[in-house]
Amino acid sequence: MALASDHIRATVVEATEFPDLSRQYRVTGVPKTIVNGKTEILGAVPEETFVEQALQDIKTR
Amino acid sequence: MSLLSDADRRKVSELFGTMVNPVRLVLFTQSLGCESCTLARQILDELVSLSDKLTLEEVNLVLDKDKAAPYGVDRVPAIAVMGAGDPGIRFYGAPSGYEFTSLLDAILLVSGAEHGLGADGLSEDTLARVAAIDEPVDIQVFVTPT
Repeated sequence: MALASDHIRATVVEATEFPDLSRQYRVTGVPKTIVNGKTEILGAVPEETFVEQALQDIKTR
Repeated sequence: MSLLSDADRRKVSELFGTMVNPVRLVLFTQSLGCESCTLARQILDELVSLSDKLTLEEVNLVLDKDKAAPYGVDRVPAIAVMGAGDPGIRFYGAPSGYEFTSLLDAILLVSGAEHGLGADGLSEDTLARVAAIDEPVDIQVFVTPT
């Protein structure tokens, strides 16, 4: 998705190496995705579901 | 000592053979308080030795502040996967285990290889929705090595 849009930045975080980030976003299981610091997506969900949830609060043209 | 087995090296070389454009990995480190920076460097050194299209640059987050600033990285070790431009892909932590596979995938995709490691690319529907995005989107995916 990051490749498909200049607006998207995608970061993969190794949870055990950054316990402060894991605590901040209450990561108790992986994968857990956080969008713009608030929207949470738990688990490996199908692409359609992921896009739906990830972009629910994002402004589009 | 090599971190990758001979079989893995062969497999990765084969995958990198599908790279189209050059990819530059930028590794962010610091001298103190970063135990996994050395491991990250070793893994990336091995990776870049497997393709002529892949290069590695190490940037010290503390000493090379000005150089690091445009990448917006605030932790170490971190890796930026760069193509002709900056596609906005970052990895935080040493790229072992699951992150290793994701990193390979990112390298292939950024290089314009026809396939990443996943079976298919994004659907037309996803591409259309993503193309319509009109504000910055920061996606963080938390993973563990296993």
